[in-house]
Amino acid sequence: MSTIVLLLITGLGLGALYFLVASGLSLIYGLMGVLNFAHGSFLTLGAFAGWEVARRLGADSWGIFGLALVVGAAVGAAFAALTELLLVRRLYERHIEQVLVTVGLALATVALFEGTWGSDPEFIEGPAWLRSTTDVAGAPIPNDRFLAIGAAVLVLVGIVLFLRYTRFGLIIRAGVENRAMVTALGIDVRKAFTLVFAVGGAAAGLGGVLASQYFGYVSPHLGAHLLIFAFIVTVIGGLGSLTGAAVAAVLVAVLQQFANYYWGVGDLVVVLLLALVLLVRPSGLLGRSA
Amino acid sequence: MTSQPTTQQTSTPPDRATAPLPHDENVPTPARRRWLMLAGGFALVVLLACLPLLAISLPGVLPGPTYTPGTLQVLALALLVGALALSYHLLFGVAGLLSFGHALYFAVGVYGLAIVLDRTDLPLLPAACVVLVGGIVVAHVVGAISLRVTGISFAMVTLAFAQAGNVLVRRNPAGATGGEEGLALDTTHVPDALVGVMNTRNLYWLALVVLVVVYAVVLWVERSRAGHVAAATRENEMRVRVVGGRPYLVKLLVFVVAATLATAVGMAYLLLQSGAVPRVTSADFTLTLLVMVVLGGVGSRWGAVVGGVLYTLLDQRLGALAASEAIAGLPSVLRVPLSEPLFILGTLFILVVLFLPGGIAGAAQRLSHRRRREGARDLMEESA
Repeated sequence: MSTIVLLLITGLGLGALYFLVASGLSLIYGLMGVLNFAHGSFLTLGAFAGWEVARRLGADSWGIFGLALVVGAAVGAAFAALTELLLVRRLYERHIEQVLVTVGLALATVALFEGTWGSDPEFIEGPAWLRSTTDVAGAPIPNDRFLAIGAAVLVLVGIVLFLRYTRFGLIIRAGVENRAMVTALGIDVRKAFTLVFAVGGAAAGLGGVLASQYFGYVSPHLGAHLLIFAFIVTVIGGLGSLTGAAVAAVLVAVLQQFANYYWGVGDLVVVLLLALVLLVRPSGLLGRSA
Repeated sequence: MTSQPTTQQTSTPPDRATAPLPHDENVPTPARRRWLMLAGGFALVVLLACLPLLAISLPGVLPGPTYTPGTLQVLALALLVGALALSYHLLFGVAGLLSFGHALYFAVGVYGLAIVLDRTDLPLLPAACVVLVGGIVVAHVVGAISLRVTGISFAMVTLAFAQAGNVLVRRNPAGATGGEEGLALDTTHVPDALVGVMNTRNLYWLALVVLVVVYAVVLWVERSRAGHVAAATRENEMRVRVVGGRPYLVKLLVFVVAATLATAVGMAYLLLQSGAVPRVTSADFTLTLLVMVVLGGVGSRWGAVVGGVLYTLLDQRLGALAASEAIAGLPSVLRVPLSEPLFILGTLFILVVLFLPGGIAGAAQRLSHRRRREGARDLMEESA
C-alpha cells in the first residue's frame, strides 16, 4: 500500500513538472501554431538562474529559495519574450520556419549552457525541509514532491483565472478560437503573442527551479529531457488545451512511475500510450476533433 | 516520354505577347542544362573516386592530404552524412513530412548490424539483408501509426518513437546494445578489406557508392508517379484526395523508402566508425539532419548532400578550432561560444532560416537566375 502511495505522489510530482512545461507549449501552440523546441532551454536557463541565486546567497533559507523561484520564473519569461520578439515574430505565419528557428535556438543555447556551466550535472542544495520526507499513509514522501504539486496547481489556477477574468486573457482565448476575427476587430493580437510566450516561459523557468529540486541536480540537458515528455503530454492532452495538458501530465507521469517501478519500462509505456491515443483519438484527449 | 515536353520547351513559343527573346548559345536550354548537370555530376563522382589516389591538400578544410587515412575517414563520414541528409530530404523536401525521428532508422542500421554481427555467425552481406528487412518492418509499423496525424503532431509522434528507441538502446536490454558505452564492431565476419586503418580508402569508396545509390533511389522515387503524388500531397492534401489519390499510402511509401535508405547508410556508418554509440539514436541527431537539409536548401537534392557534407566538415573543423590556442587565449565572453561547435552551427542555422530562405541551393538558384536574366537583357539591348 505504502509503495502505491509513494509511486502515486511521486508520479503526481513528476506530472506537475510535465504540466509546467506542457502548459506553455500548449498555450503557445494553441494561439500561434508554433511548436516551441526552445521551451526546454527556457526551463534550463530558469533552473541555472535559480541555482546561481541559491549558490551566491546561501541555499538553505526559505527566503532565498523563494527568491530563486521568482528569479527562475522571471529569467524564463524574459528569455521567452525575447525569443518571440527577435526570432519568432519575424517569421509570422510561416509555421515550419518558426519551428526551425526554435530548433536552432535550442541547439545553440544548450551548447552555450554546456560551455558556461559545463556538461556535467551540478548537484544542488535547498532548504532542509525539501530534503526530508513526510509520512503519508505509511509511505515516506520526499517533500519536494509536494512543493512541485502545489506550484503546478497554483500555476494552473493562475493561468485559468488569468485567461477567464482579464482583458488579455479574453484576447488570448478569442485568438485561440479565431485569430483572424480578433485582428479584424482592431485588436493587436501580437501583444498577446509576446505575453503568451512570457507566461509560458515563466512557467517553464519556475518548473526549472522545481525540477532541479526534484531531480537533485541542474544540467544543460535538464530541459531537453523534460521537453520530450512535455511534447508527448501535449499531444495526448490535445494541442492547445490547457486542461488536456493537466490531465495528460498526471496520467503520463503516474503511469510512467508505476511502469518504471514494476517492469522498468516507464518510458516505453508512455510511447505506447501515445500510440494508443493516436489510434483511437488522433486529436488527443481534450483536443478539438480535426 | 520525357523527351517530348523538353523539345516543346526548347522551341521558342511563337505567339507570345512580348517579343520573343533571341536565342543565344550561351544560355543553355533545359535539355542541354540537364545533360551538362549529368556530365558534371558524373565528373564529380569520378573525381571523388580518385581522391584516395591523389595528394590534394586543403589546409583549414581537411586535416591532411587526401590520401591519408585520417582525411579519408573525415571525407567518408561527410559522404555518408550527405547520403543520410538526402534520405531526410526525401521525407521533408519531397513529401513535406517534418519528422523528428529519422535517427531511429539510422540507428536500426547501426545497432542492428552491430548486434547481428555480434550475436550470430552470419557473414556481412546476409546480416545486412536481415537488418534491412528489420528496418523496413520498423518503418512500416511506426510510419503507419504516426501518419495518422499530420503536421506538428506528426513531428512530435515521430520524436516520441525515436526517443523510445533511444531509451531502449541506453537501457542495454540483455547486454545487446552496450548501453552508454556503445557497441564495438565485431570484425570476425567482416571482410578483411573493410577492416583496419590501412583500408580506410575501401571504406571511403564504399561510402561513395552508398551516396550514389541513395541519390539514384531518391531521384527514381522523386520522378516516379508515387513521388509526384507525394509532392502534390505536400502542396495540397485535400486536392489529392478529391482527384482520387490516396495520400496516406503514398506518404507511407515515401516514409518507408526514406527509412530504409537511412538504415542502409547506418550500416555503412557502422563499418566506417567500427562501433555504435548511443548518440546516433538521440533526438539531437535528427535535429542536426534537419539543420543540414535546411542549410543546403529544402527541396533540393544536391542541396541536401552539400548541406550534409558542409555540416560534417564544419563540425570537424570547428571542433579542431575550439581546441586551438587562438581560441584558448580569448576572453571568456568570446571563448565560451566559440569553443562550442554546436553553438556556432545553431546560430548559423537561425541566420539561414531568417535571412536565406532556400538555403545554399536557393541562393545559388537566385544567383544563376539573375545572371541569366542579365544575359537575356544584354542580348535584348544588343538586338534593339
